[in-house]
Amino acid sequence: MGRKILFVTTDQQRYDTLACNGGVLSRTPVVDALAAQGIRYERCQPTSVVCMPSRASMLTGQFPSTHGAWMNGVALAIDAPSFAEVLHDAGYKTALIGKAHFEPFLDPFGRFSENALANLGIPTVDEPWFDGRRGPHRGFDHLEFSTHGAQGFTHYAKWMQQNHPDQIGNFYQVLDADLQVNAAGGGDTDAPQVKSNPIPKDWYHTDWVADRTINWLRQQPADADWFCWMSFPDPHHPWDPPAEEVSRVPWRDVDLPANYPTSASEREALLDQKARHWRAWYDGRVVSNYEAPAKWVPATLTENQVREVNALNAVEVELIDEALGRVIDALEQMGCADDVDIFFTTDHGELQGDFGLLFKGPYHVDGLLRLPLIWRPAPSSAVAPAVVKAPVSLVSLAATFLDVAGEPRPSWVEGGVLPQSDSEASERKFDATVTEWDSALFGLDVHVRSVLTSKYLLTKYQKGALHDGTEGELYVLSDDPLQRINRFNDPALSDVQSELAERLHDHEVRPGDRATPGVLVAPV
Amino acid sequence: MATVRYERRISADPDTVWSVFCEPDSIPEWFPGVVSCTVEGNIRTITLGTGLSMPEEILTVDPLLRRFQYKVTSPLYHFHLGTIDVIALGPLDSLCVYSTTAVPDALALITGGATDGALDEIKRMAEDKMREQS
Repeated sequence: MGRKILFVTTDQQRYDTLACNGGVLSRTPVVDALAAQGIRYERCQPTSVVCMPSRASMLTGQFPSTHGAWMNGVALAIDAPSFAEVLHDAGYKTALIGKAHFEPFLDPFGRFSENALANLGIPTVDEPWFDGRRGPHRGFDHLEFSTHGAQGFTHYAKWMQQNHPDQIGNFYQVLDADLQVNAAGGGDTDAPQVKSNPIPKDWYHTDWVADRTINWLRQQPADADWFCWMSFPDPHHPWDPPAEEVSRVPWRDVDLPANYPTSASEREALLDQKARHWRAWYDGRVVSNYEAPAKWVPATLTENQVREVNALNAVEVELIDEALGRVIDALEQMGCADDVDIFFTTDHGELQGDFGLLFKGPYHVDGLLRLPLIWRPAPSSAVAPAVVKAPVSLVSLAATFLDVAGEPRPSWVEGGVLPQSDSEASERKFDATVTEWDSALFGLDVHVRSVLTSKYLLTKYQKGALHDGTEGELYVLSDDPLQRINRFNDPALSDVQSELAERLHDHEVRPGDRATPGVLVAPV
Repeated sequence: MATVRYERRISADPDTVWSVFCEPDSIPEWFPGVVSCTVEGNIRTITLGTGLSMPEEILTVDPLLRRFQYKVTSPLYHFHLGTIDVIALGPLDSLCVYSTTAVPDALALITGGATDGALDEIKRMAEDKMREQS
């Protein structure tokens, strides 16, 4: 019998939303305890700051430029590699419960497997694997999907339709009548993607994901090896947690984020230092990507809206923490908690008021890049607790899961096993991570590459509709932790910039087989 | 308004490519996600894999130009125009172009994205026909 693995992901959660990472708004005792018992990573970075490419990297252990799901709306090839397939082959029971998003959501034709099986209410489908055999969908024996709200083709939506149809309309309408990300305001401050949702907590998707996870776990024999990916859709917008829980974090008491410049002139001066699309988005001149509401102008964001969004986000983070606590209690009741490795992370961050902005896009700064990552190894493995400051990446997760399961690292995995200490990170040269962005939407293409070391963050904008190929940003993290002072092309840092640019070049020309980039077939 | 376009080069003569999709009621055979359809006059109603039903109006079926045009008349769309063209490049070499223009913009991407899969099927079916004929 090997170690069992509970992989917990949230969606669009900042590093600083956890108390163990210095967060002050949310109480997160469950995750904090995991961090105290295990390994807390202070510099975990995604391969992409949007859902589909990032989640595909978790599954494949590859960068988006390798696995081919290069932007939201591009499906991960059905025969792409998957760590879950390797675990399945090794005898593991495998489940994914919650948000998957390896395939587009907006799919009225029902062409994609995830939407089709959710529509049919079945737990998995037989599909071709990367090595030509057939098996359960992407290696998962059991799938139950949910996403933001109760509409669309998910098992949660179906459950809501069958059990609480009167509640469905209480969620925020994520898309507007034009199928754009909705800009409509709500709550007390008329903030975008905010709504008071009278749904009881027990019926909200956070508790549903935990309930379904517990249900699946309890069906596993005591001697079974299993891998369970529990994937919460929150705290991604919309911010519409159960109204009965909102009083946990009164928004009027919330301090503005450290990186929210309170005067418009300061915001504009900071944005003007960065590549041109930052200010263009802020002013409402260009929305380069689908993930932010096209009809919302960031310059209109008020201090109170930032407070309310952050408060609701914090409520959602607390609900996730409590739901995770229930799952861990269930593991203890089952008597297997000592043999379970627990990983907690997210797919990317959220700007949440930084620089006067909300949501996400091709903006590679800590709000989007710096992620919570906790690994609590199975207590039976007696791994020493640690804090790892070295940069690591979500691309390492697949290799790490396989290592925990005692499986060799396949040749297609690009990320190495996560280090368990800074000394190990140093020995194994975990000294830089790369994040990619590629998007092309209705004639507007943006291509970005960033490399982060313990000291610096370099972003280079490749030639596209908004950039001429010469722009970039360079931040000195020790002096400028909020990434406010762009030192790109500063002669004093020319050697640093050259060395980091060389690392990005090495990333671009790294060896290995690349999948043909997928076709954009939906906005998300 | 947004427009998207996908194309495939197909190793088949243009009339064979045209024959795959020129009959309006053939769409479930080559459009992934369309599970059935009914045709009455120039009105075609398709049923999708999700259970959604969508009415369409057939606008052009021109075997000389090898052009098929239709519009989705579902209220989901404020405007839609779908055009499939087959262009002869050589005796056994054709270009099939599937264009989608729609309002709202997002529907152009979603519908157009599905046409990319449809082109895969049209290519496969046309090339299979050629093999059967040879």
